Amino acid sequence: MQLTGKDICFRYKTKSPWILKDVSLSIESGERVGVVGPSGYGKSTLARILSGYEKPVSGEVKLDGKDLPGKGYCPVQLIYQHPELSVNPRLKMGDILHEAWTPDKELLDRMGIEKKWFTRWPTELSGGELQRFCIARVLAPQTRFLICDEITTMLDAITQAQIWHLLLEECEKRNLGMMIITHNKSLAERVCTRVIELPELNNVERADV
Amino acid sequence: MELLNIKELLVAFSMYKKGFRKYELEVIHQLSLNVNSGEIVAVVGSSGSGKSILAEAVLGLLPKNSHMHGEITYKGQKVDKKSIRKYMGTDIAYIPQSIDHLDPIMKVGKQVMGVHGSKERQRKLFKQYGLPEDTEKKYPFQCSGGMARRVLVTSALMGKPDLIIADEPTPGLDLKMALEALKDFRELADAGTGILLITHDIDLALGVADRIAVFYAGSVLEVAPVEDFVKHKDRLRHPYSQALINALPQNNFEPIRGTQPYAGDLFSGCLFAPRCHMRDDKCACDVPMMDVRGGKVRCVHAADG
Repeated sequence: MQLTGKDICFRYKTKSPWILKDVSLSIESGERVGVVGPSGYGKSTLARILSGYEKPVSGEVKLDGKDLPGKGYCPVQLIYQHPELSVNPRLKMGDILHEAWTPDKELLDRMGIEKKWFTRWPTELSGGELQRFCIARVLAPQTRFLICDEITTMLDAITQAQIWHLLLEECEKRNLGMMIITHNKSLAERVCTRVIELPELNNVERADV
Repeated sequence: MELLNIKELLVAFSMYKKGFRKYELEVIHQLSLNVNSGEIVAVVGSSGSGKSILAEAVLGLLPKNSHMHGEITYKGQKVDKKSIRKYMGTDIAYIPQSIDHLDPIMKVGKQVMGVHGSKERQRKLFKQYGLPEDTEKKYPFQCSGGMARRVLVTSALMGKPDLIIADEPTPGLDLKMALEALKDFRELADAGTGILLITHDIDLALGVADRIAVFYAGSVLEVAPVEDFVKHKDRLRHPYSQALINALPQNNFEPIRGTQPYAGDLFSGCLFAPRCHMRDDKCACDVPMMDVRGGKVRCVHAADG
């Protein structure tokens, strides 16, 4: 399968400056594409557009030539930088995990998620533990592409390595495609099959940010 | 010269359980650390290990439901919550983690200048950190996150402090600016300032610090010169620091199992023991801080390993 973005342009209001202009890229199944670039250059916006949370002003996002589905489970899933902000604080962890599908016990064991955490509130888990829930939540069988927006930036080195090992193993097994946004050059070299610099793709003229 | 010395610090918060039952949540225990003039000491550790609490405890900024034991000395003088006040702003500068620490109803130029600063120096610093000239007339809510953070850094560099306590000073800065800020820290340290740099970014710490203190579950497990982390990884004394270095993407990217214990359910003995490959019966006893190979470590197996 192939996820493509063609000539994506984006800005928030009709008169605000362009954030993305004529950005085109494509990701194949089984490929892990790293996206690097300074802050404020639209990396996260691109992630939101590719996963269908934001509509581009012009240009299109296609999954195997078709639009992303507007309802139901989207095969392109986003994992967000702040796990504590991407869960509903009024749900217990068990309900959060089962929002979209029901993971089997084997997956949970591999992810290191313990059954006794299901009755806790999100505030009672650490960032690394929450991030595991967020990852397990999007690994339904329908998922084809994962967009990872700085998913380990706020975690310590050991938890970061734990999470990437889980994720890479899962992606190899299911032949998922990934887009990985990161600041960390050595991490990008470690986990990605190819790396693109967003400022080179993006045709926005930038004054000093 | 020894600027700051923390001995056997303990910080606890009074919390309430169901039914107004009170209990003590111990977040920092048995913590010893010192900062000499002219050196940068980096405190690294995962989130939730109590790094920021350490800074706030030293500066007496903790909320009322907290209490602390132990001894903190500044330049040989014992200080507490009240007496440290007279050093703050002149001798000791603090770069807080959150940009909410700026006064919301004071223009940033005036805030950075403070009581003892001068307009010229403030303008020079703003220019150096790429803040536009009209920034000094803005209120904090008019600045973007990155700008506000640069404002915090400039306000710490305003005077000529002897000790800087910097709590995560670089997120929100791009790489160039972060390196610039760290270069300034290095220059200040070379001129005799002592800097306590609190960060979870171990790469950053390796790049600039002289000594690194590894934090885990509210205590310092190891204090070692930075060369041990960069060049002689086998010389590291504690299994946790070894695992931390080993997990970096530029090294082996090899994780270990388990997570840091929650401050509410701590056990006696070495707190790292459940995740450690070297644990045995000795680990359940109280582990003192020991001097091993020019560093300090809290591990019973350090000397034989």
